Amino acid sequence: MAQPVIEIKNLKKIFGEREVLKDVNFTVSKGEVVCIIGSSGSGKSTLLRCINLLETPTAGEIYYHGEDILKSKKASHQYCAKVGMVFQQFNLFNNLTALENCTIGQIKVLKKDKREAETVASNYLKLVGMEQFINAKPKQLSGGQKQRVAIARALSMEPDALLFDEPTSALDPEMVGEVLKVMKNLAKSGLTMLVVTHEMAFAREVSDRVVFMDGGVILEDNTPEEIFNNPKFERTREFLKRSKNE
Amino acid sequence: MEKLATFLSGVAKVWNLYGSSLIDGTKITILIAIVGTLAGLLIGILVGIIKTITVKKDDHLVKKLVLKIVNFILAAYIEVFRSTPMMVQAMLLYYGTAWIFNIRVNAIYAAIVIVSINTGAYMAEIVRGGILSIDKGQYEAAHSIGMTHWQAMSLIVLPQALRNIMPAVGNEFIINMKDSCVLSVITVNELFFQTKSAAGATYLTFHAFAIACVIYFILTFTVTKILRYVERRMDGPESYTIHGSQSAPEAEIRVNLKQTK
Repeated sequence: MAQPVIEIKNLKKIFGEREVLKDVNFTVSKGEVVCIIGSSGSGKSTLLRCINLLETPTAGEIYYHGEDILKSKKASHQYCAKVGMVFQQFNLFNNLTALENCTIGQIKVLKKDKREAETVASNYLKLVGMEQFINAKPKQLSGGQKQRVAIARALSMEPDALLFDEPTSALDPEMVGEVLKVMKNLAKSGLTMLVVTHEMAFAREVSDRVVFMDGGVILEDNTPEEIFNNPKFERTREFLKRSKNE
Repeated sequence: MEKLATFLSGVAKVWNLYGSSLIDGTKITILIAIVGTLAGLLIGILVGIIKTITVKKDDHLVKKLVLKIVNFILAAYIEVFRSTPMMVQAMLLYYGTAWIFNIRVNAIYAAIVIVSINTGAYMAEIVRGGILSIDKGQYEAAHSIGMTHWQAMSLIVLPQALRNIMPAVGNEFIINMKDSCVLSVITVNELFFQTKSAAGATYLTFHAFAIACVIYFILTFTVTKILRYVERRMDGPESYTIHGSQSAPEAEIRVNLKQTK
């Protein structure tokens, strides 16, 4: 077993009176691709947002290479720089060009000089097939192009792990393909990925493990073969059946 | 027709006698409006940023308390200066300092201070609105690549907020250009003051103010044009350059999006 990059213990998140996450435990190992599936409101996105500290967990621990990152505020910024996030709504910086989107974090957070940052950024923009558009502003790009730049932005920080929060849900069907292709290539390259998705075919094909969440807990955590062909719970079966009919 | 001819000769007379003092007044009007608006914007940015700081449950008690007090003071500042006429504020400052400290401040300095503080109160709300209008995702994305709160604000949120509030800032600028005339009550010799003097000396009140009217219009119209230009500059080019086409990597193709949108 490879060493865990992220380890979550007894994670809880309460919004007002609603308990969105109840006692979540799981680990992501180096080089692993884990897909989180489940119906809307099951806590998938909240779990991801907690891991990236966009939400402060109500209780529990998050370990990054064995270090509890909820303990110290200083470490948390460095941690965020090392665990990237790709959002459903892309969230590219609208005031910056595609290239600047990919360099600003390197320059301001990792303290690289501009030339070096631009070299790294162009490499990743090339990887996602966006090298022609480095001078374009986000409003000049299509949804799929924006998401590919967003992936390049996250990669430019050379993260240990990348979190994807429904990266294709805001895209029209034609553009889903181009983003999924990029993600598949990343998965093959050995990047540690944690993907919240509704793309069942993608989860089945690419992931090492699939996690099924329901009602704020992890119901099943297994290989894709087991989850898709031989689910242990009735609830999982029901969900998979319904998502197939869609 | 005859009336028009006498009107024009009256205008010419006022201009010949008092043209230079009207121009001096115009300069002071411009000075007050520019400095007042810029200083006001600066105050507004500061106050607006402080007012958008959110308090989290697990923040330190001291931070919560300080923020609460500061917010109260800022809210009081905004409410007081938005709820009283600038003319009255000018009177209070100018004659107040004279009465309390026995000093007579330079009227122009007093005018600039009053316009700045007054504009700042409005700008604070404009800036706050601008910051709130920026999608939360922008801040979250900045946070997700490890930026601190200040980095996210100064590099990502504020530049976008400032662009969005430019039309409102332009409004304030134009208002200041015109409303600086109320400062004539504290003997600031700006355009309105000079026009009144010219009118009083020549008894050609209508003619003098006709000139002032034209000058004010030219001023505000020019400001409008300049602001539009600044906005376009902030937006950056409509088109972008495509890099390295496959047949000729060094070729750069410009794509214009104006037509496609």
